[in-house]
Parts: sequence; structure tokens; C-alpha cells
Amino acid sequence: MTETPLLEVDDLVVEYDVRGFRRSPVRVLHGIALDVRRGETLGLVGESGSGKSTLGRAVLGLAPVTEGEIRFEGRAISGLGKRERRALSSDIQVVFQDPYTSLNPAMTVGDILAEPLAVGGVAKGEARQRVKDLLDAVHLPTDAAQRLPREFSGGQRQRVAIARALCREPKLIVCDEPVSALDLSTQARVLDLFVEIQERTGVAYLFVSHDLAVVRHIAHRVAVMYRGEIVELGDGDTVTSTPEHPYTQKLLLASPVPDPDAQATRRARRLEAASSGAGGAR
Amino acid sequence: MSLPTDPTTAATLGHAIDPEVRRAGLVKRLVRIPTAVVALVWLVVVVAAAVLAPLLTSQSPTASDILDALAPRGPGHPLGTDGVGRDVWAQLIYGARTSLVGALIVVIVSLVVGLPAGLIAGYFRGRFDGISTWIASLLMAQPAIIILLVVLTQVGRNTALAMFVFGFVIAPGVFRLVRASVIAVREELFVDAARVSGLTDPRLIRRHILPVVVAPTVIQMSQIFGIAIVVQAGLEFLGLGSANQASWGGMLNDAFQAIYTAPRLLVWPALAIILTVTACALLGNALRDALGGAPAARRRRRRKELSDTGSVTVSTSPDVADDVALQIDSLVVSYPGAAGDREVVHGVSLAIRRGEVLGLVGESGSGKSQTAFSVLGLLPGAASMSADRIQFHGEDLTTLSGAAMNRLRGRRIGYIPQEPMSNLDPSFRVGSQLVDPMRHHLGLSRKDARAEALRLLERVGIRDPERVFDAYPHQISGGMAQRVLIAGAVSCNPELLIADEPTTALDVTVQAEVLDLIRELQAEREMAVLLVTHNFGVVADICDTVAVMRDGRIVEVASADDLFSDPQDAYTRMLLESSVEGAPARKPLPVIGATR
Repeated sequence: MTETPLLEVDDLVVEYDVRGFRRSPVRVLHGIALDVRRGETLGLVGESGSGKSTLGRAVLGLAPVTEGEIRFEGRAISGLGKRERRALSSDIQVVFQDPYTSLNPAMTVGDILAEPLAVGGVAKGEARQRVKDLLDAVHLPTDAAQRLPREFSGGQRQRVAIARALCREPKLIVCDEPVSALDLSTQARVLDLFVEIQERTGVAYLFVSHDLAVVRHIAHRVAVMYRGEIVELGDGDTVTSTPEHPYTQKLLLASPVPDPDAQATRRARRLEAASSGAGGAR
Repeated sequence: MSLPTDPTTAATLGHAIDPEVRRAGLVKRLVRIPTAVVALVWLVVVVAAAVLAPLLTSQSPTASDILDALAPRGPGHPLGTDGVGRDVWAQLIYGARTSLVGALIVVIVSLVVGLPAGLIAGYFRGRFDGISTWIASLLMAQPAIIILLVVLTQVGRNTALAMFVFGFVIAPGVFRLVRASVIAVREELFVDAARVSGLTDPRLIRRHILPVVVAPTVIQMSQIFGIAIVVQAGLEFLGLGSANQASWGGMLNDAFQAIYTAPRLLVWPALAIILTVTACALLGNALRDALGGAPAARRRRRRKELSDTGSVTVSTSPDVADDVALQIDSLVVSYPGAAGDREVVHGVSLAIRRGEVLGLVGESGSGKSQTAFSVLGLLPGAASMSADRIQFHGEDLTTLSGAAMNRLRGRRIGYIPQEPMSNLDPSFRVGSQLVDPMRHHLGLSRKDARAEALRLLERVGIRDPERVFDAYPHQISGGMAQRVLIAGAVSCNPELLIADEPTTALDVTVQAEVLDLIRELQAEREMAVLLVTHNFGVVADICDTVAVMRDGRIVEVASADDLFSDPQDAYTRMLLESSVEGAPARKPLPVIGATR
């Protein structure tokens, strides 16, 4: 029963220096602790400024770790040297929010996908075949490889970004709001793709989103962040339908439901909660 | 109404959109710009003359023949001779050699020094960045000409050395440009993604950073080339160029000595310098256009007046019921494209009653915002719009003049935009942005308008109206800014409120509060509201009626209750089914051992 989690975060503190003489740094994360198991999706929910994206970036080595530790397969990965960090690229990958800026506009989709393969030492001919398989895996036509990112819609670009993350067959993908820039119908299809890929490959996701409904759809467990701290962490269904922490409750009551009657009820409950002062944080 | 259309910018703009041509490469795009062609031709001529100098003249540029001084044009001396009998034509073409070599030295030195330093400083930042920026600033603060004079007095007359030193002096300009471009692109997500992909730093710089830096650097180089020619000519004119070497600046100096006897001698070197430097500057500009760094070219403004469609309905038509606030019939919006006009809204008709909230729902590109902007008369200049009727309380908006429309906007039609922050002017205080429209539209005194603005700020739920009134937009949060804009939108008691995705940029908790606010104000004032959104949760929360748009057409209009309980159109059903809201949660991951 004591399997080592794939990813462990212990008392993580992230601070950013502020420009200016003798200004104290801003603390964005205050002692975060969580873990992600193999093949699991951990949803990370919070509003803007809660530090959820910073947590994802810290795992990717893109944000400075001030205190605490991040372990991957039991090995500390915070504060690694550049060479060791690069070696991790085959295990930890990323899908960013904005499919418009996360793909280099000057490179063809084929080149974008072949790049991580070349880093992993895959030969050119084999890489071409792999690119074909990857495009197939994210349900894009094979001729997509010769085209430039701007010739694709937002949803298709996000599929390219997912294919790039899958290139090296990673064990963990950090997904930073990967569907929030997409249209409603595209959003659902891309989410289904995430689930399908996970079921096939056993990859784990650290899935950052501001949307409780999205997280509920994809996450096995959910952590709720507020002002740099985790206020609630638990089973996905429980956290997204019957949360315990007042802030999560407030978040849930504020999310509108696409059903006028249910929404009227939810709104009444929210206003009631707010007036009784149980709204938690403002 | 129509601005003059510059064929050059129109052509480049048109091609910039066409991916085929974009791929065609820089040269192809460059030759479409007439000034670039002229500049290139001239520079090719100069280079050819410099390279082929021995073939173009048998005369030596430095051999003087005092007996032949100031000879007029004639056989053997196509442009005559100067004060000491040197052939002017030979001097001119050998002088081109000197100028080009000198300018090339400057370009190479400034590039070799500035480009790598800029790349390293911009990419790695840290201590190297601090030190190199400091040195660059120090160098830039020194007057270049003084440095050159000091060097030349120490080592004697030497054009090549002077240009070498000048390359160093001008390198900080290259450094700063490259550094700034690198810093900008380094923040892009695709660079982060490449880093996560495990690219080494040199590889990442080569593949992702360098291509972005190339364009501005090439443009700058063409300008530096021109500057170098001018500086070099200046030094030579002062007599600081290498001896025994023909040069344009030296020719100017000689001509100056003989200005009273043979002023024509000034013409040739002056023309050579002016034309070459101008060609460099023009080429730089053309490169900027061709590389897509041009400032937004003016778009063709082409507003088709209604009469073209020949179907203007008289304003007070009987079929519009009294309580209808807004009636749109057969609205068409199109944009000019490479292959003819592209229609984005194809004949949309809808009506909003007084006190009704109509949700206009659709995915991106469905034309919902275009429809809303048509009512406001705020479509981009390139768009052309026509409608059988856009009737607002008995007035046909399509026939109104710009001034009459202005009186209506803000006064009787309020607007809440999507991005609160970009819709407040950062250089004015929040208060003045609220007070000015009220003074303009309602004719209130400054004092009354201020009192009214404070009352409104309080009404939209701002707890400290005085502070917000005196604050600049950057001092308030996004949610607060949206409240301020709502206060502004309702300040003149409009009969119709148009809200374009008013909560999309906000957090859900703030969204809920802003929707509450719109609902209260709407009920209080019996406003009609046209709410553009893509979020069915927002629709369910606030809308009475819903119109679903797809590809520029309305596919379904229904009351909110009916739409959600019994959607008629297949597209509406697909959209509603796509919602992940209310779907079952994902099952917990089975305990270890059960699966893998």
C-alpha cells in the first residue's frame, strides 16, 4: 500500500523579488503540501492570484523555490542544476493555457513536434513517423505537420500543444488552464481527449483551472487554493459538490449553472450565505 | 468618410494576410514595395561600380596632373578633373569602394559586439546584464565624434581604424535593441514550453530567440550602414581620412577648396553621399514593412450607406410594438478580404422589449459581438454594415448621422465592455471619466456631476466611493473597474444597455456580484439589456430570452426556460450537451494494485 507518489510537494514557499531598494519579496505560495499518484489527475482550483499557476510553474522548474521541497519519484527536483533539469524533460511536460502564444508562430507543426524528439535523441526518419502517430493520437490530420500554427483554430492548436507534451511519453503533465481559452464545444472535446490519453498511457496530470465544473470532469482529487494556500483537498466529487471549507462553498455557489431554475436556487443560497456573513473570504 | 488609400500599404496589408505570400520569403515581399526596389537598384549600382572600378575607368583616382587641373568634361575625363588634376569619375567610383568598405567595417564590428552581448544579457539576465547595460549606457553617453577625434589624433589618419572604433561606439545601440527583443520574446509561453522540452540554452536561443531578433537587427543594420557613410565622409572632409585613398568626403574637402573656381566639383560627391544614405534609410523602412513590423497600416474605411441595398424602411413602421426597445431586421456585416467581401453576419433579426434581458449566445466567430457593435455604430472602419432596420424606440439608427449617433450613445444606449481595464483611460482619474460624460450629456454642473458620480459609485457597491473617485485605473482591481464602467454605462439613465461579455475577464465570485448588480439596475430602471456571452451559466442566471448564434446567423430564439428545457435546434442542443457543468464527477482513482 505504501507506493511512493509520483510527485510530492512539501511545505513549498515561492517568493518573487520586487524591484526597488530594500523592498521585501512577495510571497506567492505559503507552504503548499500535496501529492500526485501515478495515473492520477489532481485538480488545482482557485481564482486569479491564488498561486495555482505558480505552483505548476514551480513543479516545471520555471518558478523559484524559496523553501520546501518538490520530489518526483522520491527524488528532490527543486533546485536542480540545468543539466539534471533537462534530463527531467522526458518525465514532466506541460500544456499551457494560451494555445496562441505557446506555439512558435514561425515553426511548422511538424517542427514543433519534432523538436522535443530531437532532444531525446530520436533519429529523423523515426521522428517523422512519431509525429504522424502523435497527430493521430490527438485526432489531427496527418497533413497538419506541414502547416503553421496560425492556420489552426484554438482547439486544434491546443491539440498540437498536447501532442508536443506527449512526445517524450512523460509520466506527469502540468496542465495550466488548458481549456479556459477554448470555446464551449471545443472545451468538452479537448477534456475528453485528456481523459482518453490518460486512460491509454497512464500519465498523471496536475490540472490547474479556475473552473470547478472543468476540474470535476477530469480530476480524481481536487485541491482548492486561496491566497497561496491550500484550503481544501479531497476526493473530486466531494470537493466540487459538497465542499467543507467556506471559501470552496462560496466558489461553488458563485459558479452559475446552465439551468434557470437551478441557478435561481443557487443564487438565493449564495445571497443568503453572503448576508449571514458565512461567505468566508471576500 | 473615406481616407485616402495608399496603394503601397494596402498591397502589403493584403499580402500579409495571405499565408502563401508570407511564406514566399522576404525578397519577394520586398520587391512589391516600389521605394525598396528603387533603393535596392541604387545600392546595387554603387556596389557594382565599387567592385568593377578598374573596368569602369583606366584613370588612377590618386594620380594628380597639375597641368590638367580643373579640366572640363571631355574624352578621358567623363566628369572632368579636380583642382590638382585628378579624374573626378575615377575618384567617385574608387571613393564608393572606400565608403562601402568603411560602412561594412562598422556594421560587422557593431554586430559582432552588440548581437552576442545583447542575446546573452537579454536571455540570461543576471550580473552580465547589469554590467553590460551599464557599459552600454556609459558608451552611449559619450559623443562619438570626440572619441573618434581623440583616437585619430593619437594614431594618425586612418579611415579603416576610425570606422573600426566607430563600430564599437555604435554597438550599444545594437546591444540595446537585441536585448529588448530577447527580453520580450523570452516571456512567451513557447519559450517556456521549449525549456520544459529539455532544449539546451544554445539550442533554444538558436531555434526560438534568434529568429525573432533577426528582423529588427537587419532593419537597424541598414540604418547603421547609412549613418556610417555620413560619419566617414565627415571625418574625411575634416582631413582625417587615410591619405592616398580616394573618398567621397575627401572629394568634398577638395571641392570646398575650389568652391569659387569650380563649384561643380561639389555636386558629384554630394549626390553620391545623399543618394546612398537615402537609399539605406528607405531600404530600412521597406524592410520593416516587409518583415511585418510596420505600424498598423491604415485600414480602408468604407462605410456603405444604406441606400445601396435599396431597402430602407421608413422609421415609424406600424409593425413595431410600443414596448419594443430595439428591433433589428436583416442585419448584414461584412469585411473586405483578399477574395472579395467576407460576410460575418448574414441577415440577423431580433427584438428586445423594454425591461427585457436578451442573451446573445454563440461561440467565437459566431458574429455575436459584431451584431452588438452594429447597434452601437462602433464597427471597425473596414466593416460595411447594412440592415433593413435597426430601430431604437422609434428612431432608425441606420439613418442617423455620426453626431446624432453620438448623442444617443452613452445617453440613451449604455455600453459595458469585456475588458474593464483597457476601457478606462490610464491617464485620467476614475472620477473625471465618470463626470465628463454626465456633464456633456446631461448638462450637469461640475459639482452636481461629482455628487451624482459618487452616488453612482456607491450604488454599484463600491464601499469607499471618494477613494475610487480620486484613484487612477491602475490603482483599482479588475472587478472594481468593471463596477466603475457599469456606473458609467448607467449614469445617464439609458433605455438600452449593451453588455459585451461583461464578466468573462472576471473571477467567478466577482462575476456573480457583477451579474447581481446588472440585474438590480435593470429591474430598478426597466432597462432593456442586450447581453453578449458564451457562458450558458450566465444566460441561465440573468436572461429572459436567448438568441443562439452560429456562423453569423441566429439559429434559435426562445425564452430562457424553454431553451434549457426543450432546445429546438440541433446546434443549441450540441452546445448545451457540451457543457461540463452538472456532469457526473470523475470516479476516484482505484487504489494501487487494482489496475497497474
